Amino acid sequence: MAEEILAPVHAVGRRVLTALAHVGRLSRLLAEIVRALAEWRIWLPRAFEETATIGTGSLPIILLVSAFAGAVTALQTGYQFTGNIPYYVAGSLIVESVVLELGPVLSGLILAGRIGARYAAELGTMRVTEQIDALETLGRSPASHLVIPRVIAGIIMVPMLVVVADIVGVFCGWLAVKQVLPVSNDAFQYGARVFWHPFDAYYSVIKGFAFGICITVISCYCGFSTEQGAEGVGKSTTNAVVASCVMVLLLDTLLAKLLLK
Amino acid sequence: MIELKDVYKRFGQQIVLDGVNFTVKDGETLALLGPSGTGKSLLLKHIVGLIRQDSGIVRVDGKDVALLRRKELKELRSTIGYVFQNGALFDSMNVFENIRLGITDEDKFRDEAYAKERIEKCLTMVNLALDVALKYPAQLSGGMRKRVGISRAIAGAPKYLLYDEPTSGLDPVNSDIIDELVKSLSAELGVTSVMVTHDVRGAFKVADRLALLTGGKIVQQGTPDEFMKSTVPQVREFLERDFGNLTFAA
Repeated sequence: MAEEILAPVHAVGRRVLTALAHVGRLSRLLAEIVRALAEWRIWLPRAFEETATIGTGSLPIILLVSAFAGAVTALQTGYQFTGNIPYYVAGSLIVESVVLELGPVLSGLILAGRIGARYAAELGTMRVTEQIDALETLGRSPASHLVIPRVIAGIIMVPMLVVVADIVGVFCGWLAVKQVLPVSNDAFQYGARVFWHPFDAYYSVIKGFAFGICITVISCYCGFSTEQGAEGVGKSTTNAVVASCVMVLLLDTLLAKLLLK
Repeated sequence: MIELKDVYKRFGQQIVLDGVNFTVKDGETLALLGPSGTGKSLLLKHIVGLIRQDSGIVRVDGKDVALLRRKELKELRSTIGYVFQNGALFDSMNVFENIRLGITDEDKFRDEAYAKERIEKCLTMVNLALDVALKYPAQLSGGMRKRVGISRAIAGAPKYLLYDEPTSGLDPVNSDIIDELVKSLSAELGVTSVMVTHDVRGAFKVADRLALLTGGKIVQQGTPDEFMKSTVPQVREFLERDFGNLTFAA
């Protein structure tokens, strides 16, 4: 009887302990990363390779999604316009929507899937095939060989891809809006400038930077924590993508609250 | 010398190592036998400091592995070569780069000429052709991967060699080749070796001494002759499974 009553307490306790264990292991990984920063001769060349790989690999999907996001924003803007709103406002709406939100967040979510899944699966496979153990027994730091290059690649490449997404989104929005509203190029440019603050561009890049760190650190952590063979790799990959997506959305809200005043 | 004293390890409710004791003297080869899942590989990971025991002492070269600081552990690991069960070769690197990582001295690791010479020597020692150096792990057979794993383990000229099931998954011919290799490396390099295996025949061929781990404890250790004459039921059962007729094997 007492056991039945205490069962929910035990379940909550187990979950709390699991969460604390994750926090502890993640903190340890972050400490390893900081410690291994001194080994730049190892991580620097690998970071260049990783940057090039994720940059070239992610570019097509970022171009595609940002183009559609810009175009759809423009088409929906056209749908909601009535005769009382000046047409140049469409320029303001499209540019601000794409630069402040759609460009960075859609890029973040896509890259959480693409890079997050890739890194978690790669490192998870290395964990279950004892390649990470092998690195340690050879006296080499897995953080400098495997984690830092990936995190640096994310920090460099995600903001760059966000900038590309912003430009392509705005450009496609401009082309699309002309199909649904009689807005001239001059009016569109005027509208874009009316509500534009130079900080908007920085805000977009800051978001990309924050997403880059969180996606790469989370996915590397999930990969490192992999257990139990192929099934474990599958679980880690799913966890990495889900956790990265959630973190992207949380950071999106947090940064809007902190930086947009 | 490698020394394990009352080593105890549990995962959740499961006790895996329940007071393990054994010693491997310098220059000796010890074969650690036991059924699958009894914690033989786990013991090797304790020796190299990848896992810490819950209680007890693991000493290598007189140093308590669990108490070593990061730098000291790195230094100790540079004296230990670890041969993983499936090679644990890095998929993204070719054989040359894999073996090069085994050169634990940083200056020698960066010295291109030394690295090339050392890698060629290591490949020759494990009877692999030099052109294998340019291949990737995915292009190698199981036996070749094991031999490359051994090459990587000996590249840093270690004092200790730990083999985790070096012949598992190999056909009898390749198993014999690996056994001979382990034996010749011990003789040539004078290393202290621990070989985890459940291949009893191979263990008898290669080892100076054997130990049987079952139920979390070492139930018997001794020379091959002592093992053959053992009256410990678990030892008899384990040997008879492999040799069948013990009088023939003896």
